[in-house]
Amino acid sequence: MVKTLGWVAAAALAAGLVMAFGVAPREVTQGNVQRIMYVHVPLILASYVAFVVLALASLVYLIRRDAGADRLAHASGEVGVMFVGLGIATGSIWGKPTWGAWWTWDARLTSVAILFVMYLGYLLLRGTIDDPERAARYCAVLGIVAALDIPLVHFSVYWWRTLHQPPSLMKPGGFTGSASILWPLLINLLAFVVLYAYFVARRVRLLRAEAEAAA
Amino acid sequence: MSYARRALTVAWKDLAVERRSKETLNALVFFSLLLLFVFQFTLGGDRERLAAVLPGVLWLGFVLSALLALGRTFLVEREHDCWEGLLLAPGDKSAIYLGKLAGNLALMLVVEALVLGLFVVFFDIDLGRALPGLLVVVLLGTLGLAAVGTLFAAMTANVRARELLFPVLLLPVQVPVLLATVKATEALLLGEPLGAVAHWVKLLLAADVVYVVVSVLTFDVVLEG
Amino acid sequence: MNLELIVRVVDVRKVFGLVPVLDGVSLEIRAGEAVALLGANGAGKTTLLKILATLLRPTRGTATIAGHDVARAPEAVRPLLGVVAHGAWVYDDLTARENLKFWATLGGLDARADDVTAALAGVGLERAADARVRTFSAGMKRRLSLARVMLARPRVLLLDEPFAGLDQRARKWLEGRLEALKAAGAALLMVTHSFGRELGVADRLAVLAGGRIVLDTARGSLGADDVQRLYAAHAEDAL
Repeated sequence: MVKTLGWVAAAALAAGLVMAFGVAPREVTQGNVQRIMYVHVPLILASYVAFVVLALASLVYLIRRDAGADRLAHASGEVGVMFVGLGIATGSIWGKPTWGAWWTWDARLTSVAILFVMYLGYLLLRGTIDDPERAARYCAVLGIVAALDIPLVHFSVYWWRTLHQPPSLMKPGGFTGSASILWPLLINLLAFVVLYAYFVARRVRLLRAEAEAAA
Repeated sequence: MSYARRALTVAWKDLAVERRSKETLNALVFFSLLLLFVFQFTLGGDRERLAAVLPGVLWLGFVLSALLALGRTFLVEREHDCWEGLLLAPGDKSAIYLGKLAGNLALMLVVEALVLGLFVVFFDIDLGRALPGLLVVVLLGTLGLAAVGTLFAAMTANVRARELLFPVLLLPVQVPVLLATVKATEALLLGEPLGAVAHWVKLLLAADVVYVVVSVLTFDVVLEG
Repeated sequence: MNLELIVRVVDVRKVFGLVPVLDGVSLEIRAGEAVALLGANGAGKTTLLKILATLLRPTRGTATIAGHDVARAPEAVRPLLGVVAHGAWVYDDLTARENLKFWATLGGLDARADDVTAALAGVGLERAADARVRTFSAGMKRRLSLARVMLARPRVLLLDEPFAGLDQRARKWLEGRLEALKAAGAALLMVTHSFGRELGVADRLAVLAGGRIVLDTARGSLGADDVQRLYAAHAEDAL
C-alpha cells in the first residue's frame, strides 16, 4: 500500500513538473523564474495539510492515548517542517529576481515564518525528551496550542501588514488565472499532497518499528 | 470549594516563598535596571527616535522579564524535590495551574509597573491620558504571556536544555500578543483613545481566553509525570 | 485482621534503555500488612517503589493498588498513597507548619491547626514548628516528610528508608504510628538496605536481587542476625 503511494506520488510529481516547466505558458513579465510558483505554492499548501493532520492527530492522542496517533503527529510534523522550509526557500528564489528581495515582512511571509519556527520548536521538544510516552503527551499539548494559535497569528499579522500577492487560489470570487496556469498548479498540488502522504506513511512505519524494537 | 482552596494555596505558597527569598524579584529588578541602561545608551540621545521605538522597547523589556520570571516558575519545585509532590497531588491539577498563573501574574505586574515607572522617569515620558488604556493593554498582554508561559514552564521544567527550549517554544506562539500590545501601546502613546485600538484589544481578549482555557484543560496531561 | 489484597504486583519488568532493572517482580501486600523489601543499592527497590507510586510506568507486567492499575489509572491510585521517598518535598523558605498546611491543602485534606501541631509534635518538631525549613538538618526534613504523610492517613504507604536519620524517640514514635496505621487497615511497603528497626514493624520480608524477588517470607520471630544471614544467602545466589 505504501509502495503504491510512492509510485503514485512519483508519477503525479513527474506529470506536474513536466506541465510546470514544459506545458504551462511562460509568464510575460516575470519570465521562467515564475515557474517556481508551481512548486512553491503546493509546498506551502501541502505543509498546511501536514499541520492540520498534526493538530488532529495530537487531539486524538490526548483523548485516546493511541500511540499510532502520536506517530502520525510526529511524522506529519517532520514532513510539514521540511515542506515549509522548502516552500520558504523556493519563495525566496522566486522573490529575488521578481521583486528584488529574498525576504519581506509582509503578512503572508511573516505568518509562514512563524509557523515554521513553531513547528521546529515542536520537533525540538520531541528531541529533548527521552521518555517516549512523556514526549507524546507534551508534543500533543504543544501541537494543540500551536494549532489554536494559528488563527490568532494570522489575524494579528494581517492587520499589521498586507503586501503579499493577493491569494489567487483561495480568493472568495474564485480563481482568476487562466486554465493553463490552473491545471499545472492543481496537478502539482495533488502531487505534493500525495508525496506528503507517502513520506508520512514511511516515517510512521519506521517509528512503529523503532517502538516495537524498544519494547 | 476544594478546587479554589488548592489554587489559592499554590498562589499563596509561591508568593510567600518569593516574598521571603526575593530571588526572582531581585533578579528581575536588576535585569530591568540593566535594560534601562542599555536602552539609554543605544537610543537615549535622539528624543524623536526614542518616541518612535518606545512601545517596542517597552514591550521588549516586559517580554524579556517575562521569560526570566516564567522560566523560573517551577524552579523552586525542582530545586527542593517538590515536583513529585505536585505530580502526586490528587484531584484536578488545573488548580495548580491557576495558582501558579495567579502568582506569576502578580510578580510580572509588579515588575512591569517598576519598568514603566523607570521609563517614565528616565526617558521623561508623559503618559497622561494614555494611562488607563495602557493599563488595560498591559494587563491583557501580561495575562496572555503568563497563561502560555506557565503551561510551557511546566512542560520544560524537567527537560534537557530547558533554558533554551522555553523561549524557543514560547516566543513564536506569543507573536499575536506581542503585535497586539505593541501596536496598541503605540497608538495610545500617540494620544489615540482606547476605542481606536479596539480590534487589538479584542484580539488580546480572544487570545487570553484561548490560552487560559487550553492550559486549564491540558495541565492535567502535562503534570501526569 | 483484614485480609483484603491491596497491592498486587504481577511479573513487572522495567527497562531503562537497554538495562533491565526489574526482571519479573511479583509481590502482594494485604490490608494491615507491612512488607520490608531488602536489597542492595541499585537492586531496583526504589524503581519498584516509584512504579507503585505512579511515578514510573512498568515496561511489562501490571501493578494494581486497590484494584486500580497504576499505569492506566494513576489518578485513581494517587489519593490512596502516602509516599516518603528520597526527596523531602519541603520548601526551604516556608516554616515546618506552613509546609504541612500547604501539602495538606493541596491534597484536599481539611487539616485543622491542632492536627498539624499534633503531627509536628509526634515527630519531635514542635519547637521548630515556626522555623524556616532552610535551617533544618536532613533528619529534621525527613521527619517533616513523615509528618506530612501521617496527616493524610493514606491506605497505602510507600516508604523509602523510613527510619534513616531518626533518633530513638522519633523511631519509637514512627513504629507506633506505623502499627496504628496497620491496625486501621493500611498496607505498607518499606524499602531499605539495612536490617534495622523497620523489621519490628514488618510482617513479611522480601529480598530483591537480580531484578527479581528471591525471598518472600513471614518475619515471624527472626532477629536481625537471622535476617542478615538469609539475605546474604539469597542475594548471593541470585547474582
